[in-house]
Amino acid sequence: MGILEVKGVNKRFGGLQALGNVNLSVQENTCHAIIGPNGAGKSTLLNCLVGKLIPDSGSVMFDGQSVLGRKPFEINQMGISRVFQTPEIFGDLTVIENVIIPCFAKRDGAFRMHAFENVSQEKAIIEQAEAILADVNMLEKRNMHAASLSRGDKRRLEMAMCLVQEPRLLLLDEPTAGMARADTNNTIDLLKEIKEKRDITMAIIEHDMHVVFSLADRITVLAQGTPLVEETPENIKGHPKVREAYLGEAQV
Amino acid sequence: MLGLNSKDLRLFLIVVVLTIAAPILLNPFPVESSLGQSFNAGYPALLQRFVIFGLLVIGFNILFGLTGYLSFGHAAFLGVGSFAAVWMFKLLSYNIVPAIILSVVVAGLFSVVIGFVALRRSGIYFSILTLAFAQMMYSIAYSDLAGKFFGTVVTNGETGLQVYNDDPQILLGAGDPKVPHLFGLEMNAQSVVNIGGWQFTFQNGYYLSALFMILGFYLSIRIFRSPMGMMLRAIKSNQTRMNYTGLNTKPYMLAAFVISGMYAGLAGGLLAAMDPLTGAERMFWTASGEIVVMSILGGVGTLIGPIVGAGVIKYLENIVSKINDGILHGWFSVFPDWLDNFLVTIIHPFIGKGWHLTLGLLFMAVVIFLPGGLVEGGQRLGKLFRRGKTTEAEEAADATRQRNTPAE
Ligand SMILES: Nc1ncnc2c1ncn2[C@@H]1O[C@H](COP(=O)(O)OP(=O)(O)OP(=O)(O)O)[C@@H](O)[C@H]1O
Ligand SMILES: [Mg+2]
Repeated sequence: MGILEVKGVNKRFGGLQALGNVNLSVQENTCHAIIGPNGAGKSTLLNCLVGKLIPDSGSVMFDGQSVLGRKPFEINQMGISRVFQTPEIFGDLTVIENVIIPCFAKRDGAFRMHAFENVSQEKAIIEQAEAILADVNMLEKRNMHAASLSRGDKRRLEMAMCLVQEPRLLLLDEPTAGMARADTNNTIDLLKEIKEKRDITMAIIEHDMHVVFSLADRITVLAQGTPLVEETPENIKGHPKVREAYLGEAQV
Repeated sequence: MLGLNSKDLRLFLIVVVLTIAAPILLNPFPVESSLGQSFNAGYPALLQRFVIFGLLVIGFNILFGLTGYLSFGHAAFLGVGSFAAVWMFKLLSYNIVPAIILSVVVAGLFSVVIGFVALRRSGIYFSILTLAFAQMMYSIAYSDLAGKFFGTVVTNGETGLQVYNDDPQILLGAGDPKVPHLFGLEMNAQSVVNIGGWQFTFQNGYYLSALFMILGFYLSIRIFRSPMGMMLRAIKSNQTRMNYTGLNTKPYMLAAFVISGMYAGLAGGLLAAMDPLTGAERMFWTASGEIVVMSILGGVGTLIGPIVGAGVIKYLENIVSKINDGILHGWFSVFPDWLDNFLVTIIHPFIGKGWHLTLGLLFMAVVIFLPGGLVEGGQRLGKLFRRGKTTEAEEAADATRQRNTPAE
């Protein structure tokens, strides 16, 4: 049994079968990559895991519990964090405030009426937030306006916001899309470090094969809403079905 | 001290001192002088309005300033607060304690219901929903639909609600004052101090309202600096991220909405405690609009902005609107007739009934040149005078961070 079990998931958008009978099993403490050509349904699948979309049929179990019908914030509280294709951060807040908020969410749950405590008195939370910023090399930027960060820093900040919650499963949707080579390599290093340092399961959607092969323990290839193969990186490179799906799309 | 950092404490103490000294500071001219007749604002009726509307906008700022949700129906809560208070006067006695408690409670209940529905939408739809609710409540109050429904009087329609001699007033003791009072301390009692040509009036009602404004101000600082305040700013910044960070934005929003509704109810209760009558017009949409204008004029999302905005507008409304051509001719009598007449003709549209025009121009100027409101203007001036100090740079950065553009 994997920590995440997707069984027979279907999702239609009008006449389009975006996901057709998707089965996926993500094992604990591994990095599972989901690849596939544009429009294959990768983002749709991820959205079904985090409560943004509800599948028409099928089941999604996380750690033995169904996530279907739950709201995004409830699913996050179960232990799933998500990094977006374009970083979603609190642009109007400072960097440190951006990481303090997930710390509160982790400690106090989805809602707590803490209107009279003073944030600056929350020593433990602030220490935690500073530690994670140090981990992603952003401590010296702690008082900067998050909106004024570079794109790469925004990505790192978003990862820090997810990691500080110590999620059991981290979902990443094209974390390096649109990045320059150097930034991509930095992100790979960051993710590798995260993988080694923490007990964390990752599911990553990625087009960049360099990223996939650097990180993934297992790879699922999705095409036209259906998984074609699930294999280790070594076995996937020469796989005929994969070549077929990617014909002219990318070098595999 | 008081759980505030040194900067906030300084701001708080400044507000306290200015509020206490307002009856003196706002009467800078001798009472008989023509400037005094025109510009002295230190009389109780106006002073009360400064602090009560200041309190109202402080509460509004907790919603609009922190979350960016623009309620366009906040006067409705002010209105229900006033009605609740007057009913307490009618049923119990003129003691303001039950009146003020009930005004806060009733406004809180109304804001739970209205907030619950209106917060299902954001942006312009939220504003429209709050406006619709407020106008509905205005109409119900104005035609006393509730009274007709129950076969009695609830808001007393066009006439408005006031206390009559044959009202029950079951707690009214034999020797109790026949005006709103706090355990015998009459709200309209005042002492007048004459020093030279100057005259200062210190009124119980003003100081009671001022006390509530100071408490409300203190509470708002605490909320701004609390984890919840941070959550509310985060909601304004990025709701998607809030949801995917495991935070339920709904109860946070509702809490902010209800808190600001209760501030409005308290303000309504205080208005009634100063003058025990009220009417539906207090809930009219222009009254809600005035709250929005006050908050933007002063500086949305800043701590002190609401007080500044409320003060400036109440000043214009009560002082500029009183100036007439005769007064102008008096000031300009030193000039030759043609210049006198010329100046009066130029200024005429901006005074008296034209105070709205003055306000409109001021508002436009602030929105265009000082998006952070008059507070930002003050900070810029301060920076000019004390250039180069690091604390100033910090304050400016803070102001930018706190600033809101009502973009929602
Ligand atoms: N909300 C929606 N409504 C209608 N169609 C949608 C919606 N979301 C996705 N689709 C369609 O479903 C299909 C799968 O989309 P999806 O975004 O999951 O692909 P993807 O694998 O993530 O592609 P890419 O690599 O380009 O990100 C596409 O054809 C897309 O147009
Ligand atoms: Mg996608």
